[in-house]
Amino acid sequence: MGKEIIQIKDLKVYYPIRSGFWNRITDYVRAVDGVNFSINEGETYGLIGESGSGKSTTGKAIVGIEKVTGGQIMYKGVDITKASNRKKLNYNKDVQMIFQDSMSSMNPRKRIEDIIAEPIRNFENLTTDQERDRVQELLDIVGMPSDAIYKYPHEFSGGQRQRIGVARAVATNPKLIIADEPTSALDLSVQAQVLNFMKHIQQQYNIAYLFISHDLGVVKHMSENLAIMHRGRLVELGSRDEIYKHPMHIYTKRLLSAIPQVDVANREAHKAERERVEHEFLENQSKWYDADGRVFPLQEVTPNHLVALPEGGIRAAIQEEQNEKESD
Amino acid sequence: MEKQSDLLLDIQHLHTAYRLQGDFYDAADDVSLTLKRDKILAIVGESGSGKSTIASSIIGLYDHKNTKVTGDILYNELNLVGLNEALFNKVRGDKIGMIFQDPLASLNPLMRVGDQVAETLYYHTDMDEKARHARVIELFNQVGMPRPEEMYMNYPHELSGGLRQRVVIAMAIACKPEIIIADEPTTALDVTIQAQILDLLEDIQRQSHSGIILITHDLGVVAETADEVAVMYAGQIVERADVKTIFENPLHPYTRSLLNSMPQNEDEDEDLHVIQGTVPSLKNMPRTGDRFAARIPWIPASAHEENPQIHEVEPGHFVRCTCWKSFRFEDQNAETEA
Repeated sequence: MGKEIIQIKDLKVYYPIRSGFWNRITDYVRAVDGVNFSINEGETYGLIGESGSGKSTTGKAIVGIEKVTGGQIMYKGVDITKASNRKKLNYNKDVQMIFQDSMSSMNPRKRIEDIIAEPIRNFENLTTDQERDRVQELLDIVGMPSDAIYKYPHEFSGGQRQRIGVARAVATNPKLIIADEPTSALDLSVQAQVLNFMKHIQQQYNIAYLFISHDLGVVKHMSENLAIMHRGRLVELGSRDEIYKHPMHIYTKRLLSAIPQVDVANREAHKAERERVEHEFLENQSKWYDADGRVFPLQEVTPNHLVALPEGGIRAAIQEEQNEKESD
Repeated sequence: MEKQSDLLLDIQHLHTAYRLQGDFYDAADDVSLTLKRDKILAIVGESGSGKSTIASSIIGLYDHKNTKVTGDILYNELNLVGLNEALFNKVRGDKIGMIFQDPLASLNPLMRVGDQVAETLYYHTDMDEKARHARVIELFNQVGMPRPEEMYMNYPHELSGGLRQRVVIAMAIACKPEIIIADEPTTALDVTIQAQILDLLEDIQRQSHSGIILITHDLGVVAETADEVAVMYAGQIVERADVKTIFENPLHPYTRSLLNSMPQNEDEDEDLHVIQGTVPSLKNMPRTGDRFAARIPWIPASAHEENPQIHEVEPGHFVRCTCWKSFRFEDQNAETEA
C-alpha cells in the first residue's frame, strides 16, 4: 500500500437555482454534497454512478475546472481549492485528465504534435528538437506510429484518438490522472486496447487514476478500491472484493444485479434476483434514505468497507448480511 | 383468426450497397437470416459491421438514390425489397415497428408525446379521436409509464431518458406489429434503466407473440435476452446459432476474440485480449478471401477458404470459413513472445 496522494474532504459543488422577480437564488442543486475519499499513489480508484449522480462533477472539481462550493481537496497536505496553492505546488502539471469524447476534446485544426506538446509547452522549456523527441516517445508509449505527429485528429479512429488523449495526459509526467468515462464511446475490442495501455502506463510511471465510469465490469477490471455515488453522495466505499462480493447498500445491490451477465444457463435466476432487489429498493426507501431522500452519512462496517447507513443501522445490516450468507 | 406461420421474416442473400464517391460498396454482404414468431433474434457486431444497415433495409428507411438493395426480404410472401413507397407505408409502423437508439432524436420536440403515439394510430387504423386517446393511455400503461393521463400532455424534453424510450416503444407497438426491430434500444441508458427496458421488451413479446430483432453491440444484453444470435463482422454474418451455443461453444475466431476481450474475467490483473488491427472501412473492405484473416495473422493462409462460405457445423450452428479449426489463442501469445 502506497501513501495517499490526494484526499477529498467533504467536497461540495452546488449550482444555484434562480427564480422570482428579482432572479434571486432560491435553492441549490446539490450536484456533489459532502463527498469524502482518498486515493493512494499508483492505484486506480473507481468512481461509479449513474448519469446525474455527480461523478463527473467530482472529477472536474478535483482537476480544478469546476468551482468548489465547500470542502477541501488536500494534495501534499495543502488545500488546493485555492488557486494560489495550486500554482505553488505545480498541481496543474501533476494532475491531468482524459475525457470521454476524444473528438471534442482535441482542437480539430491542430496537428497531433501540437496537441500532445501543448501541456509540455505550458510547463516545461524545451527546444523544438527535444520537444519532438518527447512527443515521439509519448506516441511510442501508446503504440502509435511515428508519422502520426503530422496528422490531424479526424484522420484517426475513435480508439486511436483516445490513445492520443492518454498520451497527452501523460505528457507532463503527472501523479494523478482523472479518467472520465475514457472507454464508454468505444467498441469492445478497442476498449480492451485502451484499458491495457492505461494499465501498462500506470505500472511504468506509477500514476494514480481516478477512474470514473458507469460500467461496473470495466471498473472491476481496473480498480483496487472504489466508491459508488448516488444523488451527489457516496453510498458505499471499499475495496473491490468487498464491494463486488458483499455489497451492503441496497443501491449497490441494485446496480450490481442490473449488469447483464454472460451466463446464459442461469439467466432466469439472474432475472428473478434482479426483480427481488428492485422490489426491495422500491419498498424500503425509508430504510436507506432519509426523509429528504438524501443518502445517509458513511459508517464503517469493516476497516476497508464504508456504507451509508442510518444511525445504529450497522448492526442490523451486518446481521442481515450474515443471514444471507447462511441461507446461501 | 387467420392461420399464422411461425416464420415471420425470411431474408435471403441480402446485399445493401451505399454509393461512395460514385461507386457502390456493399455494407451488408450476402446476409441470410430468419426471424421466427416468439423469438428474439440478436444481431451483434462492432460499429461499422453493417448491423444497422440490415435494419434500415428491412424497414425501407434508406436514401433510395444512393443505396442499392438486392436479394429478398420476405414477409408473408411479400417481398420488401423494391416495394413501392405507398405499399411500404402500410407495412411500416403497422406490421413492423421500429425502436431507435436515441429516443430524443426520434421524437418530435414540438409535439405532445401522447399525440405522437396517436399519430401512428391515425395513419394505420380507423379509430376516432376518442378511441385513439384511450388506446394511447392503454399503451402508456402497458409500457409502465406512471400517471399516463398526465404523461400524455408532456413534451419529450420534460421526460427522463427511460421514459422517452418507453414512449418510443409505445409508438412502435401501437398497431400490434408482428415484427419489432430494436436498434440499440438501451445504449443511451443507465444499467438499471436498461434492465427495465429489456424486461419490458420481453414482456411485450410474450403478450403479442411477435418476433423481435435486437441490434446491439453489448454481449451481456445478448446473453440476457436473445434466443438466437447472429454475429456480424465487416458486413458479413460470421457465426449464427442459438444463444447457448454462441456463449458456450463459440467457434469463429471473431466471436471468440470478442468474448475474450470483455472485462469480466475472474483474473482482474491479467491483460484483456486485444484483437489486432482495426475494422476495415467500407471502402477498404477486402472483397475476396476471409475478411477477418488480417486480424489473426498467425493463422496460415492455407487454413482460410479462398471464398469463405457459411457452413453448418452442427444442426442450427452456422460458421463462416474453416479457419476456426486451426484457431487457438495460445498461438498468438507464442508469436508475440517470439
